[in-house]
Amino acid sequence: MRRTVEEALLPALVALLVAAVVGDVLILSFGQSPGSVYRLLIDGTWGNAYGFGQVLYKTTTLTFTGLAVAIGLRAGLFNIGAESQLAAGGFLAGLAGLMLPMGLPALATLPIYIVAAAAGGAIVGGIPGVLKARFGAHEVITTIMLNFIVLALLNYLTAAHLKVEGTLHTAEIHAGALPRLSSMIGAFRGSAANVVLFLALITAAAVAWFLFRTRRGFELRATGLQPAAAEYGGVNVGGVWWRTMALSGALAGIGGLNYVLGYKHYYEESFASGAGFLGIAVAIVGRNNPIGVVVAAFVFATMSQGGLAVNAVVPKQIVDVLQAVVIIAVAASVPEVRRLARARSAA
Amino acid sequence: MIVLAFLAQTLRIAIPYLFAASGGVISERSGLIGLGLEGYMLGGAFCGAVASYYSGSPWVGLLGAVAGGAALALLYALTAIRFRADQVVVGIAVNLLVTGATRFFLRLAFHSSANSPRVPGFGAEQSGTGLASLARNPLIWLGILAIAVMAWLLYRTPYGLRVRAAGEHPEAALSVGVPVDRVRYVAAALSGMLAALGGAYLALDQHQFSAEMTAGRGFIALAATIFGRWDPFRAALACLFFAAAETLQIQLQGAQVIPSQFVEMIPYALTIVALAGVVGRAVPPAALGKATE
Repeated sequence: MRRTVEEALLPALVALLVAAVVGDVLILSFGQSPGSVYRLLIDGTWGNAYGFGQVLYKTTTLTFTGLAVAIGLRAGLFNIGAESQLAAGGFLAGLAGLMLPMGLPALATLPIYIVAAAAGGAIVGGIPGVLKARFGAHEVITTIMLNFIVLALLNYLTAAHLKVEGTLHTAEIHAGALPRLSSMIGAFRGSAANVVLFLALITAAAVAWFLFRTRRGFELRATGLQPAAAEYGGVNVGGVWWRTMALSGALAGIGGLNYVLGYKHYYEESFASGAGFLGIAVAIVGRNNPIGVVVAAFVFATMSQGGLAVNAVVPKQIVDVLQAVVIIAVAASVPEVRRLARARSAA
Repeated sequence: MIVLAFLAQTLRIAIPYLFAASGGVISERSGLIGLGLEGYMLGGAFCGAVASYYSGSPWVGLLGAVAGGAALALLYALTAIRFRADQVVVGIAVNLLVTGATRFFLRLAFHSSANSPRVPGFGAEQSGTGLASLARNPLIWLGILAIAVMAWLLYRTPYGLRVRAAGEHPEAALSVGVPVDRVRYVAAALSGMLAALGGAYLALDQHQFSAEMTAGRGFIALAATIFGRWDPFRAALACLFFAAAETLQIQLQGAQVIPSQFVEMIPYALTIVALAGVVGRAVPPAALGKATE
């Protein structure tokens, strides 16, 4: 028991320590005091309702992309395509919104939006899955390449057919806008946090149930641990691959609702802006566990929002650097901690 | 005349790809995934611009770029080899690190979040279009040379043989005394230096560094590496082909024949086709992405 707790927490502690040292050096190089910058960061995120609302808003998208990457990794698949799956999900949901009649209530439109967004992500995610299952094409490369292809395609469709002149976004959607949290809790006024946050939490619970309590989930994890053994045990590994990639894409795609229908009420070019790639970090730091993913999404969302809070004193890109440092430190210390633990239990 | 202008522009666009793809080939042939190429390029562009600015000499700029690219690649190799971190994760993190760090230090060094001031490059005037002005830029020749040297290194030297052994069957290589990890560190450093030269070419050609100026070129070079089936000459042909497609798109821009977004897709779509093996499958080095036991 002690060993598993150690294995779960030690890499995060190492990452935190390394990030703190690098952060201090960067802040000092800018002639500022680390203490006051960190205080500014906390004040601007957890210290007031607006900042906290923004953190929750960012947590929402990152939870979806983090779950998408995590479920792929559980099956031994590395989905680098969450960025374009997120965009495609937002695009199709936006398209559906533009076609639905004005004034429909959110309760009626929400299922349609979820299905549209999931379909957009599932198509983009499913293609690399099929290519892997059918031709053995490595999903890391195909998902990266598809990111560029899909984003270019969406940009073309938006620019050529859908955009409002002089902008990079579509017309406003009037059918079934999803309520913001500020409509329930006044203090969140102005922040983008909306009810998709609850959808994210429900989805995380559903993914946990699927992974650990269903036969399909068991097959998925068995494939991830040892595909040859799973195949021998009667699992259709190719089927698991493409279904998991489609499911992974669908999860990322639903994340598109947060911006397109929860916040802006239109689809905008490159709204994903790195949330898909950060999903990889969220999954790694959350150790591919749905609860861990939610926690990691909250941490990374805090960092992203915190960057904006300190930007007047130190460049907000300090946060990108620290996020990268955290990813590298976790990725490097997980195998090391496991190795040390094994060596000790063997001794 | 039009043909010459077309060739000149194709070459100009291809040079950074040639540098980075030759780096991609050596890295991947040794067993290290080349996902960090974009980061090495951007880091090289930044270090090159800074070194050129403070020294007044573009040659010192190149040295700065090479040092920066090697440092980043060794960071990647250290985590992937010594700590057995997942190469995909660290490769992506390196790109994120460089994107953030270059912007951070841009503000620290030049008090701007977008561009450096004008830095010395090769040739006084910015971007002449003819072949003649192109020929005066030593980086053009270095870029072409990089491919030839890489092919010689891989196929004609003992080190190249060790690289290929490390990428195909590291256990067998180890058993006959090849220091696989050391071979991979050197391959990583070389790939970082080469990609950084590609980035430095961009910065010195434009006489300034601007944030995120590599704009995905590292991934196009990775695509060329794969589409060229991990062979320097075939990767070079892929680079030239991708560059020619871009040139065509730029020259046709007025004509509106094909939307630019579709031309952008060409390298990536071809790479997927090659990996799926519709016309002869591209098979990666067997030990790509795996740490040695």
